Amino acid sequence: MSMTATVGRAHADPHHIGVVVEHPGPAPKRTVTAYGFWVFLLSDIVMFSCFFAAYAVLVSQTADGPKGSEIFEQRNVAIETVCLLLSSFTCGMASIAADVRNRFWFYLGMTVTCVLGLIFLAIEFREFADLVSRGYGPSRSAFLSAFFSLVGCHGLHVSAGVLWLLTMMAQVFAKGFRADVLRRMMCFALFWHALDIIWVGVFSVVYLLGSGV
Amino acid sequence: MPAAPTVEAMMLGKLDWSAIPFDQPIPLIAGGVVLAGILAVLIWVVVKGHLPYLWHEWITSVDHKRIGVMYILLASMMLLRGGSDAIMMRIQQAIAYQSQGYLPPEHYNQIFSAHGTIMIFFVAMPFVIGLMNLIVPLQLGVRDVAFPTLNSVGFWLTATGALLVNLSLVIGEFARTGWLAFPPLSELSYSPGVGVDYYAWSLQISGVGTLVAGINLVTTVLKLRTKGMNYLRMPMFCWTTLASNLLIVAAFPILTATLAMLLLDRYLGFHFFTNEAGGNVMMFMNLIWAWGHPEVYILVLPAFGIFSEVVSTFSGKALFGYRSMVLATMAICVISFMVWLHHFFTMGAGPDVNAIFGIASMIIAVPTGVKIYNWLFTMYGGRIRFATPMLWAVGFMVTFIIGGLTGVLVAVPPADFMLHNSMFLVAHFHNVIIGGVLFGAFAGFEYWFPKAFGFRLDERWGKLAFWFTFSGFYITFVPLYVAGMLGMTRRMQHYDVAEWRPWMIVAAIGMAVLSIGVICQIMQLVVSIRNREALRDRTGDPWDGRSLEWATSSPPPVFNFAFHPDVRGEDAYWDMKIAAQQQSLEHEEPEYHDIEMPRNSPTGFVCAFFATIMGFALIWHIWWLVILGSLGAFATFVVFAWRDHDEYVIPAAEVAAIDRVNLEERRNLVSMAGAI
Repeated sequence: MSMTATVGRAHADPHHIGVVVEHPGPAPKRTVTAYGFWVFLLSDIVMFSCFFAAYAVLVSQTADGPKGSEIFEQRNVAIETVCLLLSSFTCGMASIAADVRNRFWFYLGMTVTCVLGLIFLAIEFREFADLVSRGYGPSRSAFLSAFFSLVGCHGLHVSAGVLWLLTMMAQVFAKGFRADVLRRMMCFALFWHALDIIWVGVFSVVYLLGSGV
Repeated sequence: MPAAPTVEAMMLGKLDWSAIPFDQPIPLIAGGVVLAGILAVLIWVVVKGHLPYLWHEWITSVDHKRIGVMYILLASMMLLRGGSDAIMMRIQQAIAYQSQGYLPPEHYNQIFSAHGTIMIFFVAMPFVIGLMNLIVPLQLGVRDVAFPTLNSVGFWLTATGALLVNLSLVIGEFARTGWLAFPPLSELSYSPGVGVDYYAWSLQISGVGTLVAGINLVTTVLKLRTKGMNYLRMPMFCWTTLASNLLIVAAFPILTATLAMLLLDRYLGFHFFTNEAGGNVMMFMNLIWAWGHPEVYILVLPAFGIFSEVVSTFSGKALFGYRSMVLATMAICVISFMVWLHHFFTMGAGPDVNAIFGIASMIIAVPTGVKIYNWLFTMYGGRIRFATPMLWAVGFMVTFIIGGLTGVLVAVPPADFMLHNSMFLVAHFHNVIIGGVLFGAFAGFEYWFPKAFGFRLDERWGKLAFWFTFSGFYITFVPLYVAGMLGMTRRMQHYDVAEWRPWMIVAAIGMAVLSIGVICQIMQLVVSIRNREALRDRTGDPWDGRSLEWATSSPPPVFNFAFHPDVRGEDAYWDMKIAAQQQSLEHEEPEYHDIEMPRNSPTGFVCAFFATIMGFALIWHIWWLVILGSLGAFATFVVFAWRDHDEYVIPAAEVAAIDRVNLEERRNLVSMAGAI
């Protein structure tokens, strides 16, 4: 503005501590995008927390059906966990590769991430299919409803993540490491790591606590 | 699952000719009239050749001001729909004494469910989100929100939800469960029709839109402020916007999860909330109100912000107790998550839990009281101008105090045991929602209309609208308080108690007065548009405003500000005006630069198109169409992600030409004020 103001009642230093921090103005695009995506991830975690809460409320409502300890297979869950944690590492590698514009390592990191994600999904699918075929589907009891929803919701997120991952690879292939592509890659990496954190919760609350009972 | 589905069932799911209510004249005629209206508008638009203008300037626009206006337009249309439902209910209860009235129970139940759903989700929400969209970037001194294209997606998804709710009028039915669809009533065994599915899917879709708007506005306030706009220099409306959208981000996922559970119960035989196999109905109560109570504050906090702006502007004073106002806002933001249980004191939580939540509910009245006193002290000693926005603000203060006091009354668990689900409760929440949110929305509408369109609204019709709405509100809802005290419960299709009858008749008369208020408001719009040249505001500052939205022209150019304003204190624009008067204006021309703005995008509209198809297909179990719709939505985003140019440049010469006009008007304004 051409008009400048010198009179202001509220100063930037309201408590007279001698440090005046003037707000520098709008943040750069990369910061804004990452910030917004963080806020989205927080909201997603709130949604997951509802499914966690529902699971905690309904875990003992087995309606004479199986308890957690009777259906959980620790070996599978261990493999799933290893897959996801490793995929977080390879996703991190792909992010670094994108930052230094290295296509080879980017594709490699993303491909391994994708394969690990798919292995995770395949194991989860097999677990679900096996339970349903034994008559322990989600409509068997409230406990199983909550179990399938919580774990399935995470699985759906991983599936969406895989779809996003493939789109990301196609974008880098077609458009190169453009600024907007890099911003999306950053969001994807945040998303993938967040799913890991949620899986740690699922692993602890559902499988670890559940197999003891 | 049937053994071998027929081809018809595969193609059309549950949809057949019986879905259209040929035997019920009211929804059919209402739907027909609406359809005819939409068709007439469409034909008019096409014939007059307005379609390209609409498409390029509005439908695909990512300009926060345009999107804000479209939100408000959607809210106003839905207000008429929700208001019609209200009129029908008031008439029914006025005549259904010892008789069936004119609305059969299954229809009456749909009406009160649709009324609540529409008024909260498709009137109050879009109205406040529209105003926030329109004004917050201007008040922050920036050129757009954080994510302009997503903003458009959010609006169009909200519109999709509204469309689906209204579609239920003519194809199928709406929920008969009340606006929150409590199970087990909303479970498949008690509500086998598509009504609850219409309800749940339209809220899921519009809920995504609301979440997108929430993320967008939180990021905008926290990350996009102009130079020098420290947190404690933001206008109050920006603070309440921040608080309200933080609540959206934290609360709406709960609604999404809860409705997802209900849908899983209904579609796939899960047992979250069923009576069988260990389902837990009280879990639904807790979850839905863990969203529902913050929702109340999501709606009313922006209204508080609007009143803060209006009261300070029309009293010609800085807001009294700015910091205590900020503190009160954030306190409400936090405490609103700790009171949800007061919605079901009667449902067996026990005296200790009830006492804690009762006390918490009373405590939340304290920061609200702080706000009321701040507004009163802002007015005290001020030069008050009773323009229409100020009338709404003063009307709000009186009405909201009464609503707040009855709220504190029902926050006392023993009192709540007497009043739970009575007409007293109905009167209470209308008292706060109409007196708080709707009055706030109207105040904001009157206050910022000149900013959005460049001409003022007619004051005479505006004042008439206020007085009719204000008095109509009291004539309608005070009788409902009394009826509640006399033991009348809510949602009654007919009744046999003679003592209630007179009050229902008075309430119906009040509804007529309220309707006159609405008609006055429509008249105000018509008259103002007709006289727009006489009402034209060339200064961009028609009310002698204090915050930055008044520092730009009306309507603002697409880039809002030629330069990011440099803020040195609260009431940034007021300070600039004072400084300009004291120092005699600099006349040298500033150096203009090119401005990059986001390009228009049909992503939002196309996305909503597929969301509508998907929602409709899900409601009617047309699975192939669900898959098609989701593929389309995914493809839309990929196409969007693939585009190469997402910005366009406004050359410096054009910026200069636009800004010169604005500066000239402003100099005239300041020198005129100086002369006085």
